[in-house]
Amino acid sequence: MTIAATIFRPYSQSDSLRSDRSAGDRQRHRQKVRESIRDNIADLVAEESIIGKEKDKIIKVPIRGVKEYRFIYGENTPGVGQGDGNSQPGQVIGKGEQEGQGQGDEKAGDQAGVDYYETDVTLEELIEIMFEDLELPDMERKILREVLSERLSKRKGYRRAGIRIRLDKKRTAISRIKRRLAVQRREEIEEWDDEERFPFHQDDMRYRHLVTDVRPESNAVVICIMDTSGSMDTMKKYLARSFFFLLYQFVSTKYRNVELVFVAHHTEGREVTEEEFFHKGESGGTFISSGYTKALDIIQERYHPSVWNVYAFHCSDGDNFESDNPTALKAAKQLCDLCNLFGYGEIKPLGSRYYESSMLNIFRRLEAENFQTVLIERKEDIWPSFKAFLARERPKEATVTASA
Amino acid sequence: MADWDVKDLEYWDERIREKVEEFGLTCYPQEFEICDHFQMLGYMAYSGMPSHYPHWSYGKSYEKLKTMYDYGVSGLPYEMVINSSPALAYLMRDNSLCLQILTVAHVYGHNDFFRNNFTFKSTRAELTLNLFKIHADRVRSYAEDPSIGTEKIEAILDAAHALAIQCRRNLAIKKLSREEERRQMLAASQPTYDPFQRIHKRQDYIPPDIQKVPLSPEEDLLLFIRDHNPYLSEWERDLLTIVHEREQYFIPQIETKIMNEGWASYWHREILNSLNLPQELHLEFLVRHNQVVRPHPRGLNPYHIGLKLWDDIKRRHDNPTPEEIEKYGKPTKTGTQAIFEARDVDRDVSFLRRFLTEELMREMDMFQYEPRGEEIVISKVSDKESWREVKEMLLKSVGMGSIPVIKIEDADHSHNRILYTKHYHDGRDLQLEYAERTLAYLQRLWGHEVILETVVNGKKVLLSYNDKGFSTKPLK
Repeated sequence: MTIAATIFRPYSQSDSLRSDRSAGDRQRHRQKVRESIRDNIADLVAEESIIGKEKDKIIKVPIRGVKEYRFIYGENTPGVGQGDGNSQPGQVIGKGEQEGQGQGDEKAGDQAGVDYYETDVTLEELIEIMFEDLELPDMERKILREVLSERLSKRKGYRRAGIRIRLDKKRTAISRIKRRLAVQRREEIEEWDDEERFPFHQDDMRYRHLVTDVRPESNAVVICIMDTSGSMDTMKKYLARSFFFLLYQFVSTKYRNVELVFVAHHTEGREVTEEEFFHKGESGGTFISSGYTKALDIIQERYHPSVWNVYAFHCSDGDNFESDNPTALKAAKQLCDLCNLFGYGEIKPLGSRYYESSMLNIFRRLEAENFQTVLIERKEDIWPSFKAFLARERPKEATVTASA
Repeated sequence: MADWDVKDLEYWDERIREKVEEFGLTCYPQEFEICDHFQMLGYMAYSGMPSHYPHWSYGKSYEKLKTMYDYGVSGLPYEMVINSSPALAYLMRDNSLCLQILTVAHVYGHNDFFRNNFTFKSTRAELTLNLFKIHADRVRSYAEDPSIGTEKIEAILDAAHALAIQCRRNLAIKKLSREEERRQMLAASQPTYDPFQRIHKRQDYIPPDIQKVPLSPEEDLLLFIRDHNPYLSEWERDLLTIVHEREQYFIPQIETKIMNEGWASYWHREILNSLNLPQELHLEFLVRHNQVVRPHPRGLNPYHIGLKLWDDIKRRHDNPTPEEIEKYGKPTKTGTQAIFEARDVDRDVSFLRRFLTEELMREMDMFQYEPRGEEIVISKVSDKESWREVKEMLLKSVGMGSIPVIKIEDADHSHNRILYTKHYHDGRDLQLEYAERTLAYLQRLWGHEVILETVVNGKKVLLSYNDKGFSTKPLK
């Protein structure tokens, strides 16, 4: 039989440029990936593995929303493969995960296959997604406190007048040559006699000009205060740690230079290293005020609020000596005055003994806009309470007065 | 950058077509489009269709393909051809002349297969491109409709995509209308003639339930829901139809992957060998050809298996060995007759069942694997004792065999409009997480509780999904 003539359509660049037809679908897909990550954030935050990791650490996030589900056979389905000619029964040919891909490899074109789908995101991206979704209407509008500091370093052009030390010799010499050429032209002298002097003139002088550069300082310190008395067990410390971690990560996204300070206290406050902070248990009673006083000292000493943005958070199980409460309240008030945000988290894991004394009631009396108390009972509470905590950041006006 | 232009292609195409006719292949008219790799990725994401309705899953597939391509995990295919009339094929701009010649020949092989194999008879090739275009236009018009919009469409499409492949497997068998089915049931319920009825106890007449919906278990989930869920609106029904028709178009390709790729590889080899290619082109051809048809260790390369089988059929008919004559009888057809006949009447399952011999399985070292604990272990090889079992397993997993069979048994279960479906278990359990999610989609479309009967670890279970969520219970 005869076949109608074959048509060859040549490559056309413009078609190729025009034909990004999958753009819309790709965008929708990415949107779904992000949504899915966002939906899983509460779980992810509760995952021990991301707490305290480096920023470039890669985390595998299972993407549930964008899997394409079908009725498929399970993982323990046998199949048929092809060997190199020496296959023997009992030979191990792979690990569990490879199954499904092994045979799906070349069929992938038209069969659903096993739809494994996980995406790698760095911790940094994850944090970005986390905080991008914080539904904090105030937060967006609020410019985070920036402390202005003056620095005298920036060069900006040249001037004819200035002090001796900023004289730019090269430019001065160049302008002298220019002037000499101009004089030569005016006097219509063909050849300048090099012997003749042509001294520098006041007009030749060029000075470097410096301007005072005002740069917003972007320093923040996160002060983690934790009760390390005997009643704080590992679980409570873990919950506290997760909270501190989030706070640190959040502050890091907003400021360039972020420092961490750890204050542990039982009946007296001490500044400790991170290691000691989370792992060293101590015994004895609790004076919450001692931790606050220590934090106040540290702020006075090293992190003056005119240069630093201070975020402080205190985790405790609320078991304080009655007699200390008034002092603690007073110290908390002082902290509120100095900090951008000060929070108190009471950690009472479910099933732990219920202490009658709770600081939550005491702190209710503290009326500061940038103070927030949260109650954390289990892992899942961390994220919601963290959001609640951030919602209370001090409005800008208050900040300005504090730094003035 | 390429060592050819369209003139070269036309020259070689002319010569290839002479061979195509000489060998007796009968093709649709052919069109080639030359594209760059971005366009190729784009076409691949949309199964080669020049127009296709939008859905995020195609964006996902594009990203996946692109990532694999960028990281060198997989290259791009040399060619892509879609079953339509005229057949549309894409050639990569950056490929060498030799690859283009090979590809053109390969494409004619596919084209001939599309035109002649029985499974493709139900896809109306001359309408394909228009059909997809019309579908795309309709979906877009719904998206623009202010009372519908993209999100609602997505909800239906997501669910429909999950279920689309649960459809009739053999489109060559006529689907009976309800009336025809009822008549058949009534006829079947009549007592059979019994020559000894005088001494036998009279058989009880059990009247068939002709009111039941569906009368016999129904495989076409989407169409059934379209026709039996009165709460769907018109555009929702239309989306179900669109997705169903799209899937129907691809089923023949799923069903004939091995045959089709083998056939195209067989003919591109025959054609190129007969073209008297200049030596350097011929050498490159040999290299490329072997790359395409080499076995994939531990996997199954359809190009390899398909080509092996076609070669073997031809050889066994033309030059059978004495043992083969003894075992399979004297061939009654020539090799060419035999392969052309198989091209017309087989699909992968029947093709392998008929032509995959014990010797060939041993030669290709086919084995059966199964997971044991963490590892995947070869459980059987194609030796004297177990080659049949290996073959059975292979037949189970090719084509639509890799898709679980799920049928609708009752649309009004316990007189409560519960959709009762059943998984026809053949030894392979369902992946339960996927089953749960897919059931949720089924419930979304049905609008009411759905139940799936299946077997998990040897025990019958009912999975159900209603507005309260997912639940399982053992079936007594």
